[in-house]
Amino acid sequence: MAETSGKRIEVRAAMSGVFYRKPAPEEPAYVEVGTVVKKKQILALLETMKVFQKIKSPANGKVVEIVAEEETPLKDGDLIFILEAE
Amino acid sequence: MFKKILIANRGEIAVRIIRACRESGIKSVAVYSEADETSLHLKMADEKVCIGPPVSAKSYLNMESIIKAAKETCADAIHPGYGYLAEVEEFAKMCDEQGIVFIGPTPHNLSLAGDKIAGKKIMEEAGVPVIPSSPGGVGSIDEAKSFCNEIGYPVMIKASGGGGGRGIRVCQNEEDLLEEFPVAKMEARAAFGNDELYIEKFITQPRHIEFQILADKSGKVIHLGERECTIQRRYQKLIEEAPSPGLTPALRKAMGDAAIKAAEAIQYFNAGTVEFLLDKDGKFYFIEINSRIQVEHPVTELTTGIDLVKEQIRLSSGETLDYSFDDLNIKGWAIECRINAEDPEKNFLPSPGTVEEYHPPGGFGVRLDTHLYQGYELPIYYDSLIAKLISYDTTRNGAISVMKRALEEFRVYPLKTTIPLYLQVMDDPHFIEGKFDTSFIEKFLPEEDEDDDDDD
Repeated sequence: MAETSGKRIEVRAAMSGVFYRKPAPEEPAYVEVGTVVKKKQILALLETMKVFQKIKSPANGKVVEIVAEEETPLKDGDLIFILEAE
Repeated sequence: MFKKILIANRGEIAVRIIRACRESGIKSVAVYSEADETSLHLKMADEKVCIGPPVSAKSYLNMESIIKAAKETCADAIHPGYGYLAEVEEFAKMCDEQGIVFIGPTPHNLSLAGDKIAGKKIMEEAGVPVIPSSPGGVGSIDEAKSFCNEIGYPVMIKASGGGGGRGIRVCQNEEDLLEEFPVAKMEARAAFGNDELYIEKFITQPRHIEFQILADKSGKVIHLGERECTIQRRYQKLIEEAPSPGLTPALRKAMGDAAIKAAEAIQYFNAGTVEFLLDKDGKFYFIEINSRIQVEHPVTELTTGIDLVKEQIRLSSGETLDYSFDDLNIKGWAIECRINAEDPEKNFLPSPGTVEEYHPPGGFGVRLDTHLYQGYELPIYYDSLIAKLISYDTTRNGAISVMKRALEEFRVYPLKTTIPLYLQVMDDPHFIEGKFDTSFIEKFLPEEDEDDDDDD
C-alpha cells in the first residue's frame, strides 16, 4: 500500500475503487493537509463493488498532500496521499 | 397484457427479465448508468435510456429519472428486479400515481414487510410461529428468570440499543442468566448509553428455509415449495437448493401452510418469499417476508417448471392463479452457486477487472444466469455477483455432480472468483449428506481479524 522514500511516504490504492475522505456525507473528513497521524490511523475509505475498505496510515507522520479527489474512481496503484514520516 | 416493460435494474437480473419479456412478446426498455454503457442488458433490450452517473444513488436509485425514462419510452410497466427500488414503497406509489404498473407487491405490502416489529405482531396474531421474545425491555433479573422459564433455554440477552450483533449474550441455562444479565446491563449502558435489555429464544444450529409464494389480485395465495438457503457468509447467501435436504413431507406441508397464512395476513400480492429459521428439532419460526423476486429464484423454477418472472408479469397484468402446490409436478433437485468476483486468497475482497477469456459451462442440467461476456470490464460501482450457476438433476447427488463438472468448466480469466470455494464445498462430506447449519461455511474461510489490522 505504501512506499517509503526517505521521509516522504506515498499512500497508493491497493485496488481500484471509489475514494471517500469522509465516513458519511455530513461528517468531517478523516484527515486534512497538516493532520498529524499515527500508524494504522484511518485516512480515508475506498469502495470497491459496494465493499468499503479502510485506507490506513502506514506510519506515524503528517499529511502533506491529498492527491486523490473526493468521490472519484481510482485505479489500482493510483497515488492517494503524500505523508511526511515523523 | 403489457406492451412494453422498463427494467429498473442492471446485471444478470436485467438480462433475466428481458428474456422473460422477449418470450412473452413484450418490448423491453433497459436503463443504465454511465458506468454501464457496455453492459449486456443494453445489447438485449429493444430500447435503452441512460438514467444518470455511475453512483447508484444518482442512477439506479434515482426514482424521478427512472419514471421519466418510462414516460418517454411509453412503457406501461416497470419491473424493479431485486435490490435497488424493488422494495421501496415510495417508488411503488410513484408508479401508481403516474399510471405505470409496478410489477411487484402493493405499496401497503412493502410498508408492512419493511417494518419488522409490526410484521412480527401481525404474524403472531395470524398464528404464524415467530421467535419468542420478551414484549419489551426486561427490567429485573427476576423478570428475566420467569420469562426464560416460560420460553425455555437457550436464550439470547440483547441490548435494546444495540445492533449488528453487538451486545448479544447467549445463556444455556439459569445459572448463565444470573451471571450474564447484570454484566450485559452494565455493558449495554457503557456501549449504547441505554441499559435496557430484552430476551429472545436462541435457535440452536438453525437452517435457513424459505418458501416461494405467488398471490393474485383476487387474494389467492399459493406456495411453490421451499428453498434451502442455509449456506451463508456474513448473512449473504452463497449456495441455495430446492428442495431442502432437511425437510420431511410433513414439515414441508406445515411450513408451506404457515407461509401462505403469513402472506394472507398482509393481503400479499405478486411473488414473494417467506423466510423461516428451522431448529435442529424441526421447530420453525417466521423471520420476514421478502417482497421481491429473489436472487435464488431459479432453483424453484427448475424444480417446479414455473417461470417466476413471467408469473410476476402475468399477475401484475391482472391475470389469476389457477393452480396450487399440489398441482405442480415437482421433480428433481436444483442447486445454485452465486459466483462472485471475490478473491478467496484476500479474504474474499472484491476483485474487479476485465474478462479476457470467457468460457461458460453448458451441457445437460446446467443453467447460467449472467451478464458476463468476453472483453467485459466489471464496473467498480456495483456488487460483485457475476453469475448464478444452477445445476439440475433427478437426484441431489446428481445435481452435485453436474455442479462440480460445470464449476470446473467455467473460465473467466483473469478474474478471481468464488468458484474454488464451491468446488471444495461440493466435495465436503457434510454437504453431500445434506447435514449443515448456518455456521457451515466458516471452516472454509480464513480466520477473520475483526479490526483488519493485519494488512500492512
